[in-house]
Amino acid sequence: MDYSLKGLPARGDCLIAASIADAITLIPMVASDSASHELCSLIYSGLIRYDKDLNIIGDLALSWEISQNGREIVFTLRDDVRWHDAVPFTADDVLFTYHSLIDPKTRTPYAGDFNKIESLQVINPYKIKVTYAQPFAPALSSWAMPIIPRHLLQNEDLSFAKFGRQPVGTGPYKFVRWVTGQQIVLKANDDYFGQRPYIDYYIYRVIPDPSTMFLELQAGGVDLMGLTPLQYNRQTQNVYFNRCFNKYSYPSHGYTYLGYNLRDNKFKDKKVRVALDMAVDKQSIIDGVLLGLGRICTGPFLPDSWAYNKGVMSRRRDIPGAKRLLAQAGWADTDGDGIIDKDGIKFQFCLLINQGNSLREYAAQMIQQQLKEVGVMMRIQSIEWGVLLGEFINKKRFEAVLMGWGLPPEPDCLDIWHSSRVREGEFNFISYKNEEVDRLLEQGRLVIDRASRAGIYQRIHSILYDEQPYMFLWIEDSLPIIHKRFKNIKSSPSGIRYNFTEWYVPSEEQKYGPRHKVLL
Amino acid sequence: MTNKLFVTGMAIVSVLAVMVLMAPVICRYDPVSINIKQALLAPSNAHIFGTDYLGRDLFSRVIYGGRVSMMIGLVAVMIALITGVVVGSISGYYGGVTDLVLMGVVDIMLCFPALFLILAVVAMLEPGIVNIMVIIGLTGWMGVARLVRAEILSLKNREFILTSRALGAGSARIIFKHLIPNAIAPVLVSAVLGVAGAVLLESSLSFLGLGVQLPSPSWGNILMEGKASLGVCWWPMAFPGLFILITVLGFNLLGEGLRQFFLPYKV
Amino acid sequence: MRHYLIRRIILTVPTIIGISLVSFVVIHLAPGNPVDSMTMLDPKVSFEAREKLMAQYGLDRPIYAQYMDWVRRIVFLDFGVSYRDGQKVIAKVAARAPVTLLINILSVLLILLIAIPIGAASAVRCGGLYDRFTTVIVFIGFAFPGFWLALLLMSLFGIRLGWLPVQGIVSLDFDTLTAVGKTVDVAMHLVLPVFVSCVGGIAGMSRYVRNNMLEILHKDYIKMARAKGIKERDVIYKHALGNAVLPIITILGLSVPGLIGGSVIFESVFGIPGMGRLFYESVMSRDYPVVMAVLVIGALLTLVGNLMADISYSVADPRVRYDK
Repeated sequence: MDYSLKGLPARGDCLIAASIADAITLIPMVASDSASHELCSLIYSGLIRYDKDLNIIGDLALSWEISQNGREIVFTLRDDVRWHDAVPFTADDVLFTYHSLIDPKTRTPYAGDFNKIESLQVINPYKIKVTYAQPFAPALSSWAMPIIPRHLLQNEDLSFAKFGRQPVGTGPYKFVRWVTGQQIVLKANDDYFGQRPYIDYYIYRVIPDPSTMFLELQAGGVDLMGLTPLQYNRQTQNVYFNRCFNKYSYPSHGYTYLGYNLRDNKFKDKKVRVALDMAVDKQSIIDGVLLGLGRICTGPFLPDSWAYNKGVMSRRRDIPGAKRLLAQAGWADTDGDGIIDKDGIKFQFCLLINQGNSLREYAAQMIQQQLKEVGVMMRIQSIEWGVLLGEFINKKRFEAVLMGWGLPPEPDCLDIWHSSRVREGEFNFISYKNEEVDRLLEQGRLVIDRASRAGIYQRIHSILYDEQPYMFLWIEDSLPIIHKRFKNIKSSPSGIRYNFTEWYVPSEEQKYGPRHKVLL
Repeated sequence: MTNKLFVTGMAIVSVLAVMVLMAPVICRYDPVSINIKQALLAPSNAHIFGTDYLGRDLFSRVIYGGRVSMMIGLVAVMIALITGVVVGSISGYYGGVTDLVLMGVVDIMLCFPALFLILAVVAMLEPGIVNIMVIIGLTGWMGVARLVRAEILSLKNREFILTSRALGAGSARIIFKHLIPNAIAPVLVSAVLGVAGAVLLESSLSFLGLGVQLPSPSWGNILMEGKASLGVCWWPMAFPGLFILITVLGFNLLGEGLRQFFLPYKV
Repeated sequence: MRHYLIRRIILTVPTIIGISLVSFVVIHLAPGNPVDSMTMLDPKVSFEAREKLMAQYGLDRPIYAQYMDWVRRIVFLDFGVSYRDGQKVIAKVAARAPVTLLINILSVLLILLIAIPIGAASAVRCGGLYDRFTTVIVFIGFAFPGFWLALLLMSLFGIRLGWLPVQGIVSLDFDTLTAVGKTVDVAMHLVLPVFVSCVGGIAGMSRYVRNNMLEILHKDYIKMARAKGIKERDVIYKHALGNAVLPIITILGLSVPGLIGGSVIFESVFGIPGMGRLFYESVMSRDYPVVMAVLVIGALLTLVGNLMADISYSVADPRVRYDK
């Protein structure tokens, strides 16, 4: 029998994660970029969080009671939680967070769910009652929102507060320092109310170039990074990598789509959109661009989700069928130039993509070639992200866009598909309107029972695929690679990070000891 | 020595020009035709330069990309030349306040790094071939303007000008018939060297994603796409870079050769 | 001399004003207004909130008023606040400028140290094997696209050989190194970027020195010096080279914008947190205050460089006393 203590959980060491972008601010509701969110998830806690099977469990909330048909939730909060500066956490912090979210002066995209709250009452320092104007099914999941400290942010303007660069939260890691454009250092919170993390330090390194990042991984300067499909397939297959790293692949929580501006005459007709869907071979795009590391998407839900309609099948590529449909819609090549036309107007349009995303650039070029076969001329224009949103999407000055949505576990997507969400800056920027879908979306929020909700969302899935307001494209795989010394990593529907506080490095394998140069 | 530079430069530029003009003849494949089953193949008989991430033939892309890059270089230089000659001539000939103001503008423009200005403008407006040509041209005329002005100043009071005036020739006539032909030498050298610079600028822009838009190939954007396969395959990065190097080298040699040709002494 | 200095400095004032005007105009060429890109996909930002933001940034005033406001503030080095993350612009620039300046100063020094001897030797041995050899090398160096060179070097020294770091300006454990260790660390990180930055400059400058020397070596006063019996070595180094090198000071001034502009490329490739990359990132995210600040500061640095060059030149060469 082996009585050695090898391989057992031990505290210590440091995980160096790499990313191409620096965080923008560490005040959770103000930031909309993924880098800021990744760090905020370690520094802060919400009232609830998700476990490995995407079920809701308590975080800052010990328990909760939902009553009155889902209109009221009473949260019982933990009483043993302290902020990183040792001040106790109380319900006042939750109240403050709520007020900050709904304050029109706060620049946050996340207020929608909180505007539905009729009142938030502090019953005692560890009990709050949230009352919604109407039953609101996404209510509970909306409380995954990180809670911010009242005593430090009370009189500050959240968009500009210095706090954004020196945050204080209740989460498993404390903020240590931020060297702009280079790295952010976090240290394990000894006072954490949950499982105190084994890994002492978390360093977030900014390396803007994926090839350089890969070099650093090989050189030992990076422990965790997301691989590109090419790196995953071609550069990490050798003995060295197998010896030192573990690779994972699982579907990411989001999908990529081609959105049509439905106010444009060309795209108003459903036959046209279905024909275009038949002309594009999504599997070949997944094989060519993602090197097979992804799956076809048919609707706005995660394939593993209870909201996903497994009966919806992706249309097979059918060029003659597509041409027929287009002809039925009045589009045919009357002048023999290879481009179909109607009433003297050629079918040509411009697809906007955001700059710097090479996978989308490749995909756009493949779509362009495939659409040429049915006589549709597509141009590609790549535009910087902020400008794309501000100038083109918000103002609806586009014909088609290639974008993606992140998908939280909660399937409510009213803000994206409801016909009322078409004002400038709102999410239904394609101007989609379908009365049945509107009704279903509203119902999905009112009904609490999961089985009934499943039926509602699955029906939405089926209608959306049939009508094609988006050409739903793919769900790409997340491809993290992690140094082998980190143990206890388990793959699950929610990815691999859900149990980050349980990862550890056995003491004999630890690389960065407590007195190591990196961490001083 | 002079002959060697000029001849080598001329040879390189001519070969490139021929290759680029004969693109439809020498390229076996369509530069934008995607074929994912042939992705990232090493150089071989079928694909002399190999293929890229989407299976497109790199030789065709490089040659067609050369068309775009060289065209942008030439047009940009023409814009710079015309602007520079006009400004320099007016400034040199009329002197006085006009000269002060125009040279002031030149001084101001020369203070800005060209790439900074170009980046700012191209990012503000839409990147596109026409915009790039105009912008590169408009950030490169200052040198020519100063040259032309200097030539004109030094020629202004020479005898044959004074004689012409005495005989009653008008200002425009003097400029066109006498001053400009004499200023041609340094301007020509500047123009040839300018093409090299413009090609470099365009490829830098395309490399940063702000130049020629996909799927239209340009040397810079082929390199940009090739960067993603750094460490996996060398050919998407090697060939476009090599072509930029050779093109710029060719024009520099040509320009330097011309400069030596115009020197008053033997080297 | 003092008159000249004063005149020269006063003459830079209109240039400075011109710089601020060009910087301002270039940014405002963009269609649309910055508030839109700030309130990204944000359905909650109501019309009133948008108006408030615009007022906060002074974007609701007419354009010439905005220009005057801006100029009045930048005189006190207050370049405003970044649209992206709310930090003071001057702080952001000040944090990034030293790296770029360091690389550029090192480049200039290396250019001078290497190009002058090479160019002079080339001129003296004109037509010989040395001259031909260096000519070839120099021309290739001058024609090398900076970003390609950077990628090739990164590939060679970083991936294949692993001799040099290819990312950033300092290593992960920088804070813990001794003073000597820190210097060595920074130096190692600087080798590749400085090399890429000065390759073109060395090539160009050595060629310039060579051509200048040749021109001077054919001048009458050199022939006179030889006729007088002065030693050949003195002829070359004291008389010819001295005169050939003077104009270099001006050329250096002219090459400053090229160096600063080139920093955008290699800072992006090597991940150096300098002003070039800051500019690129700010341009891409429409962070106008930062873009304007970097344009102005970059141009001012060039102006200062030129001014110092002109002054040194007039000190060195008493024949020059007036403006062009």
